[in-house]
Amino acid sequence: MTIVQMLSYHFMQRALIVGVLVSLCAALLGVSLVLKRYSMIGDGLSHVGFGALAIASALHLAPLAVAVPVVIVTAVLLLRLSQSSRVKGDAMIAIISSSALAIGVICVSLTTGMNTEVSSYMFGSILSLSRSDAILSVILSLAVLALFLLFYPRLFAVTFDESFSKATGTRTELYNTLLAVLTAVTVVLGMRMMGALLISSLIIFPALSAMRICRSFKAVVLCAAGISAGCFVLGTVASFFLETPTGASIVVADLICFGICSLLGSRD
Amino acid sequence: MAIIQCENAGFAYDGRTVLEGVNFSLNAGDYLCVVGENGSGKSTLIKGLLGLKKPDRGTVRFGDGLKSTEIGYLPQQTQLQRDFPASVGEVVLSGCLNSLGGRFRYNREDRERARKNMERMGIEDLEKTSYHALSGGQQQRVLLARALCATKKLLLLDEPVTGLDPVAAGEMYNLIKLVNLCDDITVIMVSHDIHAAVRYATHILHLGQKQLFFGTAAEYKESDAARRFLGGNRI
Ligand SMILES: Nc1ncnc2c1ncn2[C@@H]1O[C@H](COP(=O)(O)OP(=O)(O)OP(=O)(O)O)[C@@H](O)[C@H]1O
Ligand SMILES: [Mg+2]
Repeated sequence: MTIVQMLSYHFMQRALIVGVLVSLCAALLGVSLVLKRYSMIGDGLSHVGFGALAIASALHLAPLAVAVPVVIVTAVLLLRLSQSSRVKGDAMIAIISSSALAIGVICVSLTTGMNTEVSSYMFGSILSLSRSDAILSVILSLAVLALFLLFYPRLFAVTFDESFSKATGTRTELYNTLLAVLTAVTVVLGMRMMGALLISSLIIFPALSAMRICRSFKAVVLCAAGISAGCFVLGTVASFFLETPTGASIVVADLICFGICSLLGSRD
Repeated sequence: MAIIQCENAGFAYDGRTVLEGVNFSLNAGDYLCVVGENGSGKSTLIKGLLGLKKPDRGTVRFGDGLKSTEIGYLPQQTQLQRDFPASVGEVVLSGCLNSLGGRFRYNREDRERARKNMERMGIEDLEKTSYHALSGGQQQRVLLARALCATKKLLLLDEPVTGLDPVAAGEMYNLIKLVNLCDDITVIMVSHDIHAAVRYATHILHLGQKQLFFGTAAEYKESDAARRFLGGNRI
């Protein structure tokens, strides 16, 4: 089997195109989320996404059409929670995410049973991407990328120092909400391939790796995007030839990259 | 017409009042120094003026057509993440955010303003350096340059000279006065340096959980509040 043969499969073409785009989205948003100490939100959202997908498949509804809005609403809610000082934000995220996971699992076991479809939501599968899903994913991830690039100066300022931005007349709630919505869309898109349990690593790993070796925000963002897309392609190709699960292979590629970046970063 | 006006404003955290009875108004071009002991509510008042904290009582009002996009702000030692990857240039430029309006990118004018303010602060050589690799005093200068970028009518400074060496502190006071006089910027500054306060400011606001004094710097020198604050010594 060669790379050329691999690329002749339609599902591989789809997976690579969608995967690279989603990886770019995840990496860009990941930098802001990690720096704002919101990395747990990605994890919480993916579990809520799983719950939504499970219920959608039990009710025979289109999975993405259900999951995207549900996860967007949750994202905005989680953001509010983690900002209010009265509630323990991280504890609430844990409660919401495990509840959603539990409801999803029960819902699945009562209806279809734990079939391959459900396991693909948990651990991801590149085969699960239908043609219409792929088109929707490409459109949505291009929209996420465009919005991120357009609002880059504002997102930087809000990430670096929210109270300064707010004091000098920037509508920080708006940009925090934007960040939450974009993250929600990215998480749902990435879940199909990476699985609910592994998608948050797509958000966190590239940002952390890039922060080891870069000094400016712009460099971190560019580097994270490169690492993310590179590790996605490497992981996917490796999983094809070694017949390992895709999501897990991508995470391992990211882990190795993180190790290399840590070594490079600690030298100076 | 006052540019900023407080009427009987009071602030509380979780129902505990930390500052009350604040009554003052400033005209454009005034230079107000806010003094008081640690915990007397100075930073709380600054946050109240900026709209970061809602008053529990009374009102804080902008006049003279002042908009929040015309305000520059230097926070007191923020808990900016120590490991935040940002270059000095990026941080200073982010002060121009409130001039973006409907634009998506910074233009040449914004970049020019950022460069000029870095020069004013003597940090132009650090432009490409990582913000978190700087010393405390250097970080303070970066944040001041950012505040100057954001300032069009009003500049709020919460302990701007903390962490600066004496020469730099003196230069800072002169620079702030210059901005106040030449650019006709209204300045509100929190300071523990009472001697510099009465020398440079036009007005003094003395806080201690409530408003102890508000008036011109000359009046303040003769006031009881000043005498008590300095332990019986006259300024
Ligand atoms: N986020 C907060 N939550 C609860 N209480 C607070 C908070 N910030 C300040 N306080 C309380 O409000 C009071 C006034 O604090 P503030 O920071 O305004 O003082 P300050 O005059 O700026 O003091 P310093 O000279 O030390 O900067 C203090 O008693 C403090 O404990
Ligand atoms: Mg203070």
